[in-house]
Amino acid sequence: MKRTGERLAGYLMTAPFYVLFGVFGLFPLLYTAWVALHHWHLVNGDTGFAGLDNFGVLLQDPHFYNALFNTVSIFVLSTVPQLFAALGLAALLDRPLRARTLWRASVLLPNVVSVVAVALVFSQLFAEDYGVVNWALGLVGLDPVDWRSDRFASHVAVSAMVMWRWTGYNALLYLAAMQSVPQERYDAAMLDGASRWRSFWSITVPAIRPTIAFTVVVSTIGGLQLFAEPQLLDETGVNGTGGADRQFQTLAMYLYEKGFGEFDAGYAAAIAWVLFLFSAVFALVNFSLVRRMRGGE
Amino acid sequence: MTVAARERTGFVVYGLLLAVVVASIFPLYWSFVVSSKDNSALGETTPPLVPGGNLIENVERVFGTVDFWLAMQNSLIVAGTVTVSNVLLSSMAGFAFARLRFPGRDSLFLVVIGTAMVPAQLGVIPLYLVVGELGWYGRLEAVIVPGLVGAFSVFWMRQACEEAIPGELLDAGRVDGCSTVRLFWNVAMPAIRPQAAVLGMLTFMTAWNDFFWPLIVLDPNAHPTVQVALSRLASGYFTDYSLMLTAATIGVLPVVGLFIVLARKVVDGVMRGAPRG
Repeated sequence: MKRTGERLAGYLMTAPFYVLFGVFGLFPLLYTAWVALHHWHLVNGDTGFAGLDNFGVLLQDPHFYNALFNTVSIFVLSTVPQLFAALGLAALLDRPLRARTLWRASVLLPNVVSVVAVALVFSQLFAEDYGVVNWALGLVGLDPVDWRSDRFASHVAVSAMVMWRWTGYNALLYLAAMQSVPQERYDAAMLDGASRWRSFWSITVPAIRPTIAFTVVVSTIGGLQLFAEPQLLDETGVNGTGGADRQFQTLAMYLYEKGFGEFDAGYAAAIAWVLFLFSAVFALVNFSLVRRMRGGE
Repeated sequence: MTVAARERTGFVVYGLLLAVVVASIFPLYWSFVVSSKDNSALGETTPPLVPGGNLIENVERVFGTVDFWLAMQNSLIVAGTVTVSNVLLSSMAGFAFARLRFPGRDSLFLVVIGTAMVPAQLGVIPLYLVVGELGWYGRLEAVIVPGLVGAFSVFWMRQACEEAIPGELLDAGRVDGCSTVRLFWNVAMPAIRPQAAVLGMLTFMTAWNDFFWPLIVLDPNAHPTVQVALSRLASGYFTDYSLMLTAATIGVLPVVGLFIVLARKVVDGVMRGAPRG
């Protein structure tokens, strides 16, 4: 009698979640596979079974490879320096500090700013003619950079936006992990005459490895989904091409262009699947790299 | 605290931290500077670095160019509804997943964790079709309803229910003949209120800042959210940068204001979200 009551309550309390999550979360994820196997117009609907046609076309589509290259390039440029910077920042925040919360909140502030606002502000900072960045480069005697037209420079500009928004957030995750490293390990290292640098790499970093692995996986999934930053860097409009020569079009932008610009839902669904597979493979590879990483010895 | 606990923190550390903080704040400060300037100030060879006197005029221009009030109101409706719903429904589901026993519980929860790791963009095409079937294109329902629950929210509240609710208290309540609903409302909810508050803040910020899905499904002219309205200001029809950045500054204010008021809790919430070894 009591057990049935608990069962019933369990189902009733999770029912709203089951229903909403099923219809708007799980079902779309699974249904993407079905759409990807069809010629499917976004407005007119299913126009016939396609088998693997969409994937076949995708594998010979130069715009797809271009977007894939850009995505990976921006991902590497933003994530690698970002995670090292976050590690260093966390080490600084781990010192005994006055006004601790103020420092922590200040580095987290960029994370609460909307990505659209970030993109608008940085687009102006990186403007070719009157931008602050080129002005600062001029101060130290460097030539102005065309941050939009040049492929590599545009990737750097987008990466700067990502780094600005996420470094502090990751630093706080590392800080949380660092604070649970037992003090005795540091004491022992100090007795052995280890430098602070040495004990950071041989004790702190290995001890927080699970957190590093977590941030690497999350950054991988987030990095491969990058959309708003490059989208809004493009002054020619919001059609998702990422510059005149698609020099900074990411996979998510290509999905948007095909699905919601050209209404080719089947093809866009195929892009979504490839995007997902890459995220999964990338996340796994990165995860196992971090797993294998060992301390100094 | 680590090695450094015994030494005094030197100027170098504070200097480096200060540099990071300046870098964190500068883009926001600069956005504010531009919003207080005449558009022509941006064409000067030295970029403006101190505020000017055109702030009010620029704000008026933003509200005169696009219906920014409507956009703010829409964002508030969307983020508010999504926040209340996530906190309430996820607390209920989290409590059931953590503290009640019923067939199918564990396998469903595994599915939840699994989908939390999948990029949302994977399901965006079918989600668009579902929303269309319901006749919601261009309407706020299209943004609100799919956001009412989230895998992360349920995960977060389940964790809270496992850690923060004393098992003895639940058992005592059961012995006294409390119904499950009363146990949830009178025993569990008070205990998990801090975690629910943090979830609420994080959800509000995420919902306010959301861009990809609202851009796809909302009509930027009829019913935009703030982020969609901002992207429209930037989309080639206007090249008025002080207008654009004034709007961006206004759109950022509610969330930055919330953050400043609740900074300690948000920081604690983020740090608690970190997995430990």
